Amino acid sequence: MTTQSIPPSTRAVRAIEEASIAPAPSPLKVVLRVASTVWSNGKARIGIVILGLFILIAVFAPLIAPYGARQNGFDRSADASAAHWLGTTAAGEDVLSQLIWGSQISIFVGLVAGLLSTVIAVLVGLSWGYVRGFGADVINFIVNLFLVIPGLPLMIVIAAYLSGGGIGMIIVVVVITGWAWGARVLRSQTQSLRSRDFVTAAVFSGERPFRIVFREILPNMTSLIVGNFFGAATAAILAEAGLEYLGLGDTTVVSWGTMLFWAQNSNALLTGQWALLFAPGLCIALLATSLTLINFGVDGISNPRLREGKQR
Amino acid sequence: MTSVTIAPGSAESTAAPAGAPAASGRGRALGYIARKAGLLLLTLWAAITLNFILPRLMPGSPADAALAKLAQNGPVSEATKSAIEAQLGVPTGNILEQYVAYLHQVVTLDFGVSYTFYPQSVSELVSTALPYTLVLVGVVTIIAFVLGTLLGVLAAWKRGTWLDTLPTLAGSFASAFPYFWTALLLLFFAGYVGRLFPTSGAYGPTATPEFTIGFLGDAIYHAALPALTILITSLGGWILGMRNTMISTIGDDYVTFAEANGLKPRTVALRYAARNAILPNLTSFGLALGGVVGGSILVERVFGYPGIGYLLFNAVTNQDYPLMQALFLMITVSVLIANFLVDILYGVLDPRTRR
Repeated sequence: MTTQSIPPSTRAVRAIEEASIAPAPSPLKVVLRVASTVWSNGKARIGIVILGLFILIAVFAPLIAPYGARQNGFDRSADASAAHWLGTTAAGEDVLSQLIWGSQISIFVGLVAGLLSTVIAVLVGLSWGYVRGFGADVINFIVNLFLVIPGLPLMIVIAAYLSGGGIGMIIVVVVITGWAWGARVLRSQTQSLRSRDFVTAAVFSGERPFRIVFREILPNMTSLIVGNFFGAATAAILAEAGLEYLGLGDTTVVSWGTMLFWAQNSNALLTGQWALLFAPGLCIALLATSLTLINFGVDGISNPRLREGKQR
Repeated sequence: MTSVTIAPGSAESTAAPAGAPAASGRGRALGYIARKAGLLLLTLWAAITLNFILPRLMPGSPADAALAKLAQNGPVSEATKSAIEAQLGVPTGNILEQYVAYLHQVVTLDFGVSYTFYPQSVSELVSTALPYTLVLVGVVTIIAFVLGTLLGVLAAWKRGTWLDTLPTLAGSFASAFPYFWTALLLLFFAGYVGRLFPTSGAYGPTATPEFTIGFLGDAIYHAALPALTILITSLGGWILGMRNTMISTIGDDYVTFAEANGLKPRTVALRYAARNAILPNLTSFGLALGGVVGGSILVERVFGYPGIGYLLFNAVTNQDYPLMQALFLMITVSVLIANFLVDILYGVLDPRTRR
């Protein structure tokens, strides 16, 4: 936890010297401190660098990519050459250009789906942790149901009914199946925080439950929420690639998942085009790994035992 | 753990103190199992109902699409028509009657006819494919769990050395691999380039499924690459999970105390720290299973392995809704039952949960 616990003696002093309390650190300072904790972790540093590279590639794709994403007319299924560093596809498109343009889709889906899943997880998890009684039992059952139903089959079934929906459909499907885990983690943290003194104090000072949950409790879980975002984004990127590889969604969009779909369908294995198979998967794996690595640093914010550089 | 509390009715049985706690302990264990079984039934009902609601929420009419497709294979019998309408919904029908008809179908395992593999029934197709997936996923998951947990214990105990860094980094990298990509790479290098393993199917073209040594050997040979894929991709999660809980346990006082007592490091690591750290990892076992089952769908697609996943892929690409619904139900029910078994095992290992 990032909050400093206040020893009882200072509490008394605090009551007297109400006016001279040091103000809460500004949001900017908090962000900087969190960022430096994450950066101080070696693994997280590698992750941040890789993620930064991918974001740069996605943003500057129009400048970097040698050809258009769907520009064809080159030799079909050609091997790597000076003109086409990673060869061409069976439809005569440049593999390297597709790879660069495809990064936009993966990063976009990861960002949006991760963010939406996290927002739902925060809303459900925090209110669920705060309410008691029958309502909590009902939410408990629903969340557990979503946790235990295998995600990918559910995604496949929904995507099959909404066939041809494109990226928007994939984001919706990923969010529907991806919010439950975060909700459960945030709920147990809320439950342990709601019995703390500062929450009791807020209740007695007449604050409304909504304000207590989202203004008093929420800021104490920043690291968990950030960690949940990176976890959800990783899952979203992998799920998107999996669905597109199966040919669900819009196969005319150029993304890493659809590249692999077309590679399989054009028998790239038999023609020995290893770059076409190897490159998109490696990019997915690297992007997902970078997020996982950043999460090592995020873990360190809330649990000093997991910080690096200290033996047990 | 023997409990000190005495059940309300056993106040007079204090004369036989030896028997009382045992009986109440057994009663509590039975109560725990009954509670979990009740929850399983409730969850099963919810999953079955979700399977009923899904096609009805979707735009268009899946039932009409299915009937139109089926009509291409020849005349549709009344029984088939009503079976499909019960599963996928008719726009005009009474929803309650449909629900009752659907529940009846599920209980009698009558899912109608598949039109991709016409005239085979959905139940036939599912029962042929199910054993392959169950054995493949089941065996590999248990191997991955045991191996990953051991490596995680080692990583936490030798924290900071290469025994920690290597498995942790390799594990988190490998678990970020998309299942299908690992599968494609293995298929390409070990199948096409190296020619070490067959490239598709569950048994050779000349073999017939039967219980002989020859066939089983052939089946294992064909399952090797899919199994290896699932192992590589799922191992990292177990290593990381075990390592992180183990690091927290190592910091606990009782472990320090055991070390101060001069116990052998291996005894402290395995019988003191790891024993408690394994419990949270076991909880995630049930939840991770859903992910592994999902991954196995992609793996089966790559290797053309004739399990549930490959069948689901075929159903989806051919918009074979009856088959798809039945498969989704089958997969969900299997995962729910596996979770129930893990819950029971957890109750055995950690008596506190039985309260």
